[in-house]
Amino acid sequence: MCPLGGANGDAMLKIDNLHVKLEDEDKAILKGLSLDVPAGEVHAIMGPNGSGKSTLAYVLSGRDGYEVTEGSAALEGQDLLEMEPEQRASAGLFLAFQYPVEIPGVGNMTFLRTAVNAQRKARGEEELSSGDFLREVREKAKALQIDPEMLKRPVNVGFSGGEKKRNEILQMAMLSPKMCVLDETDSGLDVDAMRLVSDGVNALRGEGRSFLVITHYQRLLDHIKPDVVHIMADGRIVKSGGPELALEVEQNGYADILAEVG
Amino acid sequence: MADGAELETADAATEARLGAAKAPKGGFTAAARDDAAARLRAMGLPGRRDEYWRYTSPAPFNAPDAEPLPIAHSSPDSPLFRDIDALSLVFIDGRFEPGMSDKPGMEGVEISTLAEADKSGDHWAAEYYGALEKAGQKHVARPFAALNTATARDGVLIRVTGRPARPIHIIHHRQSEDDDVVCHHVIVVEPGAALTLLETGMAGARSNAMVEADVKAGGALHLISAHRAGYQRLALSHIFARVAEKALFKAFTLSVNGTVMRHEGVIEMVGDDGIAHIAAAVLGDGDRGPFHHDDTVFITHDAENCESRQVFKKVLKNGATGVFQGKILVQPGAQKTDGYQISQALLLDEDSQFLAKPELEIYADDVQCSHGSTTGAIDETALFYLRSRGVPRDRAIVLMVLSFLADALEEIDDETLRAQVSDRLEAWLTRRAKI
Repeated sequence: MCPLGGANGDAMLKIDNLHVKLEDEDKAILKGLSLDVPAGEVHAIMGPNGSGKSTLAYVLSGRDGYEVTEGSAALEGQDLLEMEPEQRASAGLFLAFQYPVEIPGVGNMTFLRTAVNAQRKARGEEELSSGDFLREVREKAKALQIDPEMLKRPVNVGFSGGEKKRNEILQMAMLSPKMCVLDETDSGLDVDAMRLVSDGVNALRGEGRSFLVITHYQRLLDHIKPDVVHIMADGRIVKSGGPELALEVEQNGYADILAEVG
Repeated sequence: MADGAELETADAATEARLGAAKAPKGGFTAAARDDAAARLRAMGLPGRRDEYWRYTSPAPFNAPDAEPLPIAHSSPDSPLFRDIDALSLVFIDGRFEPGMSDKPGMEGVEISTLAEADKSGDHWAAEYYGALEKAGQKHVARPFAALNTATARDGVLIRVTGRPARPIHIIHHRQSEDDDVVCHHVIVVEPGAALTLLETGMAGARSNAMVEADVKAGGALHLISAHRAGYQRLALSHIFARVAEKALFKAFTLSVNGTVMRHEGVIEMVGDDGIAHIAAAVLGDGDRGPFHHDDTVFITHDAENCESRQVFKKVLKNGATGVFQGKILVQPGAQKTDGYQISQALLLDEDSQFLAKPELEIYADDVQCSHGSTTGAIDETALFYLRSRGVPRDRAIVLMVLSFLADALEEIDDETLRAQVSDRLEAWLTRRAKI
């Protein structure tokens, strides 16, 4: 059990002894991963290539192609692994993609509105009126310096790397999830874009919202300050600590830590 | 080679087909009808051995009589474009019904109907009726087009002389269960004039429809047709268009359901700087019987600096078959031709199929022609992306299908019309989203 994981009752996300393999080959990727993210906390997962970080993000959000062979993952006590991807989203889980997908012919605005209202409907809430929706989306887009023209264009089509990532954060802001998983959101971003994206994420902190920030590098964590840092290797969390752990990785690489934990 | 006995059988089949069609005698069209009947006799009806009918069996159209087809009285959708302010011309079983139509007159356009006009031996359309069809037989035999010219019972004859404020909307209804409808429209757009023509509804248990369109210098013609859902529908259609200097011709067809449909587009660019686009969005579901939809296009560039564009998108499921045969022929001297052709199928299951035969034949050296054809399934990554945002799977598939069709719908210039077609597609897809 990780020391700072906090086995308390109000975990937002609770992952216990999770074992995952690829569906069509006998290759284990996650090998007994346990992790608790309490409500309102920001946790970072760092780890070398191939440690299983992105797999964790996909398994949590319900992508096809993976098989859970053992263990559990729960969001506020609800079994995530039993749910369809859209049910997980409506339950409050959000994954910011490392590579946001282009969808030609579907307007960004239509997409956002469909998603917001589908989630509201699934939760038994009233759908947003077009007026309220427009007002909210314009305000949030402005904060992320998203050009109103970008909202009219097809989802992510012709967007730059930075625009795609800002669009992910806009979706996150509009959907108000409880648990946000950011999969290498810093990849492909220059310093300015990273600051913009980080500001967008930081603006959403609080209100009991939790974050799991997956990254290779410490630099994103300069902007999004984590409460806890986990080091992942070979499908498991091998070490957890405070923000200083990220600095240690930055200075010494993963080798020292991996050697230390055996 | 066919021996004597086979030829005799073939001739008998052609005569039987012509005889059953009960061709009107014709007034101003009499000579054109005789000429077309002679053309048909010379070509004979198509058979499966004809290369041009390789993917689609002509048998249901060769049969002398149409199989009766029950009339569906209820449709979940309100008729398309009914709220568009247009001059409506209503046809029942392929015959003009003046009592249900608007008065056929409006500034900038002269309208007559074929059966009525054909009572007289003299009409402006005499030089056009069957002429474009005949010219369109040059490279490939199109027997059903000749059959149409020879036997057409009614249709509209429109001469556009200005820029009428409203579109013309041809609306088809059915009353008879076994009607074999042969409709023939002639549209002449005079220099600098422009018209949008809408055509909706279902005509006949079996239908053979034709549009001959002559778009003169600087003229513009937009054709938008939507074939109403009829599960056992057998439909053939031909568009013959001649596009003159700086003229614009655009045709878009929406097809949903039907047993066998074959739509041929034959376009000739005869003046420099002309533009012709032909596009279709097709939704085929084989769950209530066979679905076979064939788009066959032949565009000839015979002038310089013309642009032609073919955009065909088919969504197929439950064993549906889609066919596309598209050709761009660039004649010697047709320099600076810009020809583009794309045909794509989205297969929603493994039982459906798409057969495509794109062709380019180019005899000029300074041209830009491209063609592409793809067949694919729903992109699972994009589907997951939508679902991860809370969009239920069925709804996500509808969005993905609309996304796939978007390029074809973009060919409808008018935003209101495009939105109505898109809404109609969305409603149809939403009803049948579960696969």
